[in-house]
Amino acid sequence: MAEYKVLVVDDEAGIRMGTRRILQNFKVDYPFMDEHIEFVILEAGTGEDAIEIIDRDMPDIILLDNKLPGIQGIEVLEYVKKKLYDIVVVMITSYASLELAVKATRDGAYDFIPKPFTPQELRSSLENITKQLFLKRMTQKMNKEGKQIRFQFLSVLSHELKAPLNAIEGYLKIMDERQFGDNIHAYQEMINRSLDRITGMRSLIMDLLDLTKIESGSPVQNFQPTDITAIARLSLDTMRPYAIQKDVDIYLNTKESVIMEADSKEIEIILNNLISNAVKYNKQGGRVDIFIKQEKGNIKITVIDSGIGMTDEEKSRLFQDFVRIKNQKTRNITGSGLGLSILKKIVEMYHGEIEVQSVPDQGTTFTITLPQDKQ
Amino acid sequence: MKKTILIVDDDMDYLFQMKLKVEQFGFDTITADGQKEAEMIIESVKPDLAILDLMMESDDSGFILAYRIKRKYPDVPIIIATAVTAETGMSFDTTSDESQQWIKADLFLDKGIRADQLQREINKLLKI
Repeated sequence: MAEYKVLVVDDEAGIRMGTRRILQNFKVDYPFMDEHIEFVILEAGTGEDAIEIIDRDMPDIILLDNKLPGIQGIEVLEYVKKKLYDIVVVMITSYASLELAVKATRDGAYDFIPKPFTPQELRSSLENITKQLFLKRMTQKMNKEGKQIRFQFLSVLSHELKAPLNAIEGYLKIMDERQFGDNIHAYQEMINRSLDRITGMRSLIMDLLDLTKIESGSPVQNFQPTDITAIARLSLDTMRPYAIQKDVDIYLNTKESVIMEADSKEIEIILNNLISNAVKYNKQGGRVDIFIKQEKGNIKITVIDSGIGMTDEEKSRLFQDFVRIKNQKTRNITGSGLGLSILKKIVEMYHGEIEVQSVPDQGTTFTITLPQDKQ
Repeated sequence: MKKTILIVDDDMDYLFQMKLKVEQFGFDTITADGQKEAEMIIESVKPDLAILDLMMESDDSGFILAYRIKRKYPDVPIIIATAVTAETGMSFDTTSDESQQWIKADLFLDKGIRADQLQREINKLLKI
């Protein structure tokens, strides 16, 4: 249950009491709100009292009479506006002149309730205001959180980009100072490591570009009949040199064409990611099996590896940005930590699903299901 | 007797380079490539000082590790070396009372620190 504070500003005690009675058991529900909203009533007999209560208690809604003994209601409205308070003000007035109405609206009054009002009029007016206020605050909150996620992404990104730079700089300094003598061979391992870090950084930048393309809504999706098997074959050929180096065999177990309406570049990103992970996180002498099937209006891409596998806890963090599963078995494997979050975003664009099964030290199976009819 | 410095970092290159530097300063080193390995090491070894990376298995591994080391050995000085600094908008302050209550580090250093500065800071913490 949430509570909104309603400040009633009226010099007639009867109106204030009446309002309190009408609203005391009143609740506002909305289908998508988890909770209903109730009202706490605050009262002020003058504009001066109202301003004091506004500063102290910060009401959510003000029901404001214009004709007050001291300062007028419209001046209270101006005060709220000047202070940029997040308060909805409703004018209650018996003889609303056109001039007052125009001025009040310009100063940010949300609504007018004519006086005298029936309980029903007050309730329905307050219901509208509450919903409007709730939606407005919800939107503000979501915008703020969106910004925070962005900020988090950027700080991790800068960390990921700086780490290889620091490493390479460190090795160059050691070489510059000839810390291991004048023979270049003494530095061979440092040169190799520097080159590895540069490769890692390049793949991070490439992945970032993919991600940016997807996140910008990818307006240039190019849908056409695409042979998934052919793309898998291409992707497998690209990965072959790396697989030979790692002593892993890759098998494409589907020979026939499987066609779906898709953007071939996106399917390529999916397959490249799945196959390169299956090789990367494999064991010496291991294997990778790829299956592509068409069933019940879906395309199923399955990639099975006999690799190091992962625990359920590791599995649960798999698709987050920059998450790389770090343990003894993965310490020498490089990656940007973006591959699978990119994969997930693409699969979501196709309204598809990803299923992961994994057993530590036995291997992992990724199954991607893409509906052929994208609605 | 030579003092022993524990260095913990999941970046194998940084770990190697830091070990090299610290040994050149004349200290012995023990290294660990993550929070878990470091926790195992401190079960049996008490270092004279520890240099920890911040983001390892998780984003705050360095903090957790610092907390565990201080609980076991309250007198061991801890340096947290991190690439996360003011320019990323995240900065930490070890001097205010509030942060000292939960961040159990004696000093934060940027990973790009010069060797001579690092040596000076280590010596200060070891009171050499």
